[in-house]
Amino acid sequence: MSSTVNPHAPGAMPTTHEDWLAVYGLSPERDGPFTTLSGEMVKPLYTEADLPDQAAIGLPGMYPFTRGVYPSMYRGRLWTVRQFAGFGTAEETNERFRYLLDHGQQGLSTAFDMPSLMGHDSDHALSLGEVGREGVAVDTIDDMQTLFAGIDVGTVSVSMTINAPAAIMLAFYVVAAERQGIAPEHLSGTIQADILKEYIAQKEWCFPIDPAMRLLGDMVQWCSTDMPRWHPVSISGYHIREAGSTAAQELAFTLKDGLTYVEQAIERGLDVDDFAPRLSFFFNAQIDFFEEIAKYRAARRIWARELRDTYGSRNPKSWLMRFHTQTAGVSLTAQQPLNNITRTAIEALAGVLGGTQSLHTNSYDEALALPTEEAVRIALRTQQVIAHETGVTNTIDPLGGSYFVESLTDRLEELAYDYFRRIDDLGGMVEAVKQNFPQGEIADASYALQAEIDAGERVVVGVNRFHSDDDAEIQTLRIDPAIERKQLDRLQGVRDRRDSTAVEATLTDLCAGAARAGTNLMPALLQCARAHASEGEIIAALQDVWGVYLETPVY
Amino acid sequence: MQSAFAGKLRVVVAKPGLDGHDRGAKIIARALRDAGMEVIYTGLHQTPEQIVETVIQEDADAIGLSILSGAHMTLVPRIVELLEEQGVDDVIVTVGGTIPSHDIPELKRLGVAAVFTPGAVLRDIIDFLVQSTGERTPV
Repeated sequence: MSSTVNPHAPGAMPTTHEDWLAVYGLSPERDGPFTTLSGEMVKPLYTEADLPDQAAIGLPGMYPFTRGVYPSMYRGRLWTVRQFAGFGTAEETNERFRYLLDHGQQGLSTAFDMPSLMGHDSDHALSLGEVGREGVAVDTIDDMQTLFAGIDVGTVSVSMTINAPAAIMLAFYVVAAERQGIAPEHLSGTIQADILKEYIAQKEWCFPIDPAMRLLGDMVQWCSTDMPRWHPVSISGYHIREAGSTAAQELAFTLKDGLTYVEQAIERGLDVDDFAPRLSFFFNAQIDFFEEIAKYRAARRIWARELRDTYGSRNPKSWLMRFHTQTAGVSLTAQQPLNNITRTAIEALAGVLGGTQSLHTNSYDEALALPTEEAVRIALRTQQVIAHETGVTNTIDPLGGSYFVESLTDRLEELAYDYFRRIDDLGGMVEAVKQNFPQGEIADASYALQAEIDAGERVVVGVNRFHSDDDAEIQTLRIDPAIERKQLDRLQGVRDRRDSTAVEATLTDLCAGAARAGTNLMPALLQCARAHASEGEIIAALQDVWGVYLETPVY
Repeated sequence: MQSAFAGKLRVVVAKPGLDGHDRGAKIIARALRDAGMEVIYTGLHQTPEQIVETVIQEDADAIGLSILSGAHMTLVPRIVELLEEQGVDDVIVTVGGTIPSHDIPELKRLGVAAVFTPGAVLRDIIDFLVQSTGERTPV
C-alpha cells in the first residue's frame, strides 16, 4: 500500500490541491485560449489560496466597498431602469419619454443627435443628413422646453449624454426648468460632461483640451453651489470600451479621468467633500461575464482608497463609486440579430451582479439601425426578468468570496495601478491624452481582438462560427427625412422671433468672460440661453476665443 | 502574388459626417497597411468635399467610407456625385458601418462596389480590394 493517494484507486478521492492537479494533468484539455475577452489568462481552477485578505473584500456599504456601495443594495431598492432614448425633433423624443415613463421606467436618459453633440446647429453645413438621426436635435432653449413638456422635471431624474457642449446644454435645461417654475436646486439628474474621454475615445470635441477642461471646471463649481442635487460629471468608461479597450484599460483610464477632475476641483479651491459625492460613473457591460463583474468591484475599491487616502476625503459619501451600466453595443452582431437578446441579457446580469445603480439594456437591432419600439420593449423587459424572476436580487453580492471573482478583482486592480503609474510618468492624464497614450493603447487592443476574431480563435456566434443561411430580415426603424426639414423650420422660427440685439449682447459678454481666466462662465451661458442664442452660435463664439481641436489619429 | 498587387494599391479610408466611431476605420486602415497597401486615413468629421479632394490629391485606387451615424443615404450619394463631377471614374468606392440591408441595393445602384457591415472579416475586405482593383492596376 502506498502512503500517497492513488487517484485512480476505486473509492479514493483527491484531498489536496496537488492531488487534484495530478488528476487534472491526466485529463484532456480543449484547445484554448483560456483567456478573458481582454486577454487575461484564466487558470483551470481557483481555490481558497487565490482569495485576498478578508479586509479587501469587506462588507456592503462599508470601506472598501468591494461588495457594493450601499449596506442593503437590491434588498433595499432595485437598480434604476434607465433606457437611453432620443431621435427626431424634441416632439418625437418627448413622446418616447412619456412612453417609457408609462411603461415603468423611473428616470429619463437623453440621446442627442450628432450636430448637437458637436456643437453645430441643425442648419450648419456639416449637419446635413445627421439632424435628429442618432438622437434628438436641440438647437435652442425652445427645443429643450418641448423635450420636457408635460414631464415634471422637479420629480423625474434626467440624464443627458452630452460632453463638449455640456455646459451649454445644462444652461438650456436650467432655463427650461425655470420656465416650468422649478429652481435649479430642485433638479436631479446627471450630465455626462466627461471631456477627457472624448479626446481618448468618443471623439466629439469642440475646443482644445485646456479650455475644455476649464469649461468643465466652471460647470462643476457652479453646480456645487447652485445645483446641489445634480451630478455634474458622469465619468465614462463606456465609450473607451466601445472604442476597443480591454477591461483593465476601461477601468484605469476612466478612474484616472475621474481623479483628474477631482484634482482640478481641489486646485480651484473646492473642498473635495463638497463635490465628490456628486460624481458618478458609467461603465460598459461586455460579454465576458466574470471579468466585467470583477471590473466593477475593483473600481469601487480603487475609488474609495484614492479618495480617502490620496485626496483626503473625510465624508464616506465621497468614497462611493456609484455607476450606471450599459450593455456593450459592440458585442451586438448584424448576423442573426435575435441572438443579441441573449448577449444583452448576460451582459445586463453582469452589471447587476457587479452592483450597478442604474442600467440600460441595448436593443437587439442596434447593429443594424436605431431600435424599433418593439426592440426597445424587449430590452426593457430583459431587465424586468432579471429583477423579478431570477432571484439574483434576494441576497447582496452573491458572488462575493468566489475564489475566481475575488482573484480577478485583484488582478484588474493591479493592472489599473500599472496604468496609473505609466500615466503619472507622462505627467498626468491631460498630458497623456495630449501625447496620444491612451488612444494608442486602445487602438492596439482593438486591433489585437479583431485579429483573434478573424483568425477564428475567439468565437463570435453567427459571425465566425455557427452561420445560418436563412437569416431572417428584421424590421428596422426608418427615420423620416422630413424630420430634418421640420427641425430647420423650428430653428428658423426661433431666429425670426427672438431679439437679435439681446443675443449679440449675451454672446459678447460670454466671449469677454472666456478671454479672462477666473471668470465662471455659467451665469453668462444662462443669459445666452434666456436670450435664445442657439447652441451653434454659443460654441462658435467660444471657438473664436479658444480655437478648435485637431486630432493626430493613431492606428 | 497578392502582395505584388497590394503594394501598389492606394486606399483612402475616410470618416465622413460627425460621429466619432473610428474604431472600425482605424482597424481597417491598419489591416490594409499591414497587407502592404498605401493607406491615407483622413481622420474624423470630414465633409464630402474634403474626402473627394483627398482622393484626387492622393491619386487613390479605392476609398473606404466608414459611417455609423445613419447618415449614409445623404453622405454617400453626395460623395459619388462629387467624384463624378470631378471626372473621377476609376476609384473603387466601398462603404462600411451600420448600414441596414434595405439601403444596400440603393448604394450599389449609385456605384458603391461593396458594403461591409458589422462582422465583416478583414481578410475579405483586403481580398475584395485586391481583386477589384488588381485587375486594373498595372503590375
